[in-house]
Amino acid sequence: MKQVPLEFEQPLAVLAQQIEAIKKQLASNPELDKDVQRLQEQYNNLEKSLYANLRPIDHREIARHQQRPYARDYFERWDSEWIEMHGDRKGADDPAMVCGMVNLGDYHVLGIGTQKGRSLREKQQCNFGMPQPEGYRKALRLFHHAEKFNMPVVTLIDTPGAYPGMHAEEHNQAEAIAVNLFELSGLTVPVVAVVTGEGGSGGALAIGLANRILMLEHSVYSVISPEGCASILWRSADKVSEACEAMKMTAREILELGVVDDVIEEPLGGAHHDFDLVAKKAKETICKHLDQLTKLSREEIRRDRQQKFRNIGAFVEA
Amino acid sequence: MDLKDWFDKRKKRRDDEKGKAPQPIEPSDDICALWTNCFQCRELLYTRDLRVNLHVCPKCQYHFRIGAIERIDQLADEDTFEESDANLTSSDPLKFSDTDNYPNRQREASRKSGLTEAIVTGTCKIKTYDAALGIMDFGHFGGSMGSVVGEKVTRITERAQRDKLPLIIVSSSGGARMQEGIFSLMQLAKTSSALKSFQDAGGLYISILAEPTFGGVTASFAMLGDIIIAEPGARIGFAGRRVIEQTIRQKLPADFQTAEYLLKHGQVDMVVERAKLADQLAKLIAFHKLPEKKTAVTTPDAVPARPKQPTKVS
Ligand SMILES: [Zn+2]
Repeated sequence: MKQVPLEFEQPLAVLAQQIEAIKKQLASNPELDKDVQRLQEQYNNLEKSLYANLRPIDHREIARHQQRPYARDYFERWDSEWIEMHGDRKGADDPAMVCGMVNLGDYHVLGIGTQKGRSLREKQQCNFGMPQPEGYRKALRLFHHAEKFNMPVVTLIDTPGAYPGMHAEEHNQAEAIAVNLFELSGLTVPVVAVVTGEGGSGGALAIGLANRILMLEHSVYSVISPEGCASILWRSADKVSEACEAMKMTAREILELGVVDDVIEEPLGGAHHDFDLVAKKAKETICKHLDQLTKLSREEIRRDRQQKFRNIGAFVEA
Repeated sequence: MDLKDWFDKRKKRRDDEKGKAPQPIEPSDDICALWTNCFQCRELLYTRDLRVNLHVCPKCQYHFRIGAIERIDQLADEDTFEESDANLTSSDPLKFSDTDNYPNRQREASRKSGLTEAIVTGTCKIKTYDAALGIMDFGHFGGSMGSVVGEKVTRITERAQRDKLPLIIVSSSGGARMQEGIFSLMQLAKTSSALKSFQDAGGLYISILAEPTFGGVTASFAMLGDIIIAEPGARIGFAGRRVIEQTIRQKLPADFQTAEYLLKHGQVDMVVERAKLADQLAKLIAFHKLPEKKTAVTTPDAVPARPKQPTKVS
């Protein structure tokens, strides 16, 4: 797959083009080899320094890259014969929430993930990864399925958030999210959540109340979109980068704040450079945590999760 | 002014007034203006009358937003409210700064509201029934939920569970507090998780939605009541009206996201006007008392015993 460079990657792309152009002339002009080597060295150095010094907004751009692997890409790589499940049993099947039975290593897990869609048609069907209340309720149905059959739940989060639409409000998306939190907190099977791309606010958390929260290296997780934050606090759409910085939304920062448990490394430049590798690493890390969690009794698993969230918060008690 | 001082002062004022002829009203520190324009019908109202009428417009029944202290005063039996966890204050875990830094914004919020945080919690009696109470105040930092609000809601829920009290929370909030980033978001999970334990243990939770209730608060504890009550005219939702209009590029109906609209769409159990709220709460609490306890508790006059259901004959 040809990579589509992001804006901050443009200098790299320009260098790569130059190298390609000179390489074409190599046959007729062997002396150019030195230039190629010199440029290639420049390229490597630039690449290293670029990805070593990413700003929060750059991480977010990688997390939102149009070629980023989505939930289906992971499920397919983990289990080529995974079985998809559809519908909330109440009147709708939301394509933005992908659910199914997945063999993940030694585990039979219920896989639940938000899906953004690749083609324009798919994107529209998936509402750009923003589930409707019916999507959250579809996930809820699978939580209960997992509980009944004592299977771990693995969720993959990549969503800008819940959808600000009339239908979503009329169908009470706030309640749909709240009930998911309520029910997730009571499960006695292990729940592992992975933020694979964008973790957008309540819409992300609706499948994110887990024993372990993992984040891909370039993924982000925030209480409000940086655009929303910038427009409310700075009253300016140009302050998105500042908002990204202020909210501490990158995987490393949130790991430091103690809210996530593990960060999964991505290949240089981001997960879209190697789907197979990222899927493999994610699988290894999820299984590592499942190995730990399945040692606990079912009641201990529930308590482990409740205690995790009971302890999150930063305040002063005088 | 701390909450206790306020109640003491109010009691003193009441005691003073008992033996006296009515005095002409003078603007005091807790009456900012003599006259108030009704937001809805534009009627010019005498602020003192408005206060006596529970801040409900006598002409059009518009329910004005009220602060936590006034709400407690309206709901709790006199001198029964005991505040808990008043000593919790926000820290600044992200060292957050936009056009001003978070500690400054907190100080400014406290200066305006007279409160330390956007919720006041405690225990009280409501028409003689013991209850655990949480009252949010939109006047403090837009009623936003950060770590302290999350912790106080969690603690009062745990308290209600431990002491087997009904839990009543009045929400009024713009949503999660952005300045605490991911910590704010996680308070949705924390409060919902505490409510799960409480409700599994058989606890009764009545959620009251007041003008306005949005975002993270709606998407967590506000929507998890065994019973959900909305105040007339209150605007309640997840996403804000303006954001929705910008997204879908169409005008929304005038009553969209109002309490009455939610009632019509099956999202709340009832819309209860402010003057009847305390009585309604007492009725609901009484109804959920276990039969053996019911016989032990003498029914107060204000709460008529519910008539026995006629036996259904099929
Ligand atoms: Zn009026």
